Amino acid sequence: MCGIVGLFLKDRSLEPRLGALLSDMLITMTDRGPDSAGIAVYGAAKAGKAKVTVQSPDPDADFSGLEAALKAAELEAGVAVKSTHAVIEVPVEQVDRVRSVLASLRPDIRIMGSGDRVEIFKETGLPKDVVARFDVPAMSGTHGIGHTRMATESAVTTLGAHPFSTGADQCLVHNGSLSNHNNLRRELARAGVQFETQNDSEVAAAYITAEMAGGKNLGQALTSALDDLDGFFTFVVGTKSGFGVVRDPIACKPAVMAETDRYVAFGSEYRALANLPGIEMARVWEPEPATVYFWDHENAA
Amino acid sequence: MTVFDLSQMPLRDLNAALHQVPEGANDTGFTVDNPRGHHAVAVGIDRPVSVEIKGSVGYYCAGMNDGGLVTVHGSAGPGVAENMMSGTVVIEGDASQYAGATGHGGLLVIKGNAASRCGISMKGIDIVVCGNIGHMSAFMGQSGHLVVLGDAGDALGDSLYEAKLFVRGTVKSLGADCIEKDMRPEHREKLAELLERAGVTDAKPEEFRRYGSARKLYNFNIDNADAY
Repeated sequence: MCGIVGLFLKDRSLEPRLGALLSDMLITMTDRGPDSAGIAVYGAAKAGKAKVTVQSPDPDADFSGLEAALKAAELEAGVAVKSTHAVIEVPVEQVDRVRSVLASLRPDIRIMGSGDRVEIFKETGLPKDVVARFDVPAMSGTHGIGHTRMATESAVTTLGAHPFSTGADQCLVHNGSLSNHNNLRRELARAGVQFETQNDSEVAAAYITAEMAGGKNLGQALTSALDDLDGFFTFVVGTKSGFGVVRDPIACKPAVMAETDRYVAFGSEYRALANLPGIEMARVWEPEPATVYFWDHENAA
Repeated sequence: MTVFDLSQMPLRDLNAALHQVPEGANDTGFTVDNPRGHHAVAVGIDRPVSVEIKGSVGYYCAGMNDGGLVTVHGSAGPGVAENMMSGTVVIEGDASQYAGATGHGGLLVIKGNAASRCGISMKGIDIVVCGNIGHMSAFMGQSGHLVVLGDAGDALGDSLYEAKLFVRGTVKSLGADCIEKDMRPEHREKLAELLERAGVTDAKPEEFRRYGSARKLYNFNIDNADAY
């Protein structure tokens, strides 16, 4: 089943409440999937800095002394540990080196995502426990997406949880199941893409990353996903300045959207939206099948 | 009039109360406040109660309704009035997918739009949608009527049996074995009755086209293998 949510703020005065609103939306969706949960929050960018969110199966060992070790490797890194995850902040020009340095210094650390603004936190367990563990309700930001999982295609692990990173400042959550993911994974692997799991949604994320690396924008990549991905999907995709929604042509995976002057919100069910401020006056609608929806802060102004 | 505030009381109490109204009772009116997208609101009604729901509901609202009048002052999630036997369900807003699915009888009125698979496998229910309907509506519809004042999506009436479909707007595409048919006087008469029962005053039967089954796929015939 799975439950997915997304919130894109237009009213900047709501930004300090983004984490709290998104957490509440996700917790409401708990009974759509209690296996694992995750959230991606787009916070404020710091000039010249980029963030890498990492995860470790043994955080005590992997994160202790990590900042000093990264500095010894000539990275100007700041490390903020949050439970099993840590956010590593480095100058933008050093972000590509973080991956290779971590691979040799701390080979068990996994990269959840990176970019100027995004932080991704995901773990097995109920949404209420996962958001509390990472203190998500205290986070501010401009937009974010979240997922609570009922596993179907692969194991219940941290890496099988969503959101999946699809490139710098991009990530995806998925409700549904793909039927041609094995074939697509083979094709993408042959093209050099590395996979961490047997999960179908990871393939969708990698597919979108590959399409965009080939020169498409997000809207074009989502449109080609409609042709190339076989199966059921409602995707919510986050980017540095916006978020997008697309459903497969059969559209049996539920989706509800709401828009007011202050925000655009997505939920698998209306229940997820029922606590948002001013929802009584919002325009509420079901997104059409095989139609790409997109909101962007840079284009909205 | 009994008022249930679903932010204060469990849903099961509401549904149990609806099932316990004694036969011949005078007070059969219920109001439901703060539904907030709850699932299974007012399901399994089997007597002539009247339920006013003040807001939007989630999955399966008014499912299996047999004789009740349920009005949703908001929108409804998937499967509203699923398997209705008799009575009336009115949605003031939009309805999500498979509204009125498998319904045996009664009247479902949707004042906004309905999403995909509206009236799928309908078995005698009458459905009036004031807006548009999505793809695969009335799939395998066996009997009853589906009236659409707006437009219909792809594959309307795919694998249709004897449900009768009336659409005022455009039909994006017809499903396998569904064809346009003549509007005869008895169809116009039936449509006028349905519009009146649904409280629709701004549409005339002459503005609609009728669609029904070509009856070629009822029984397997090797010549039609491509159509399945």
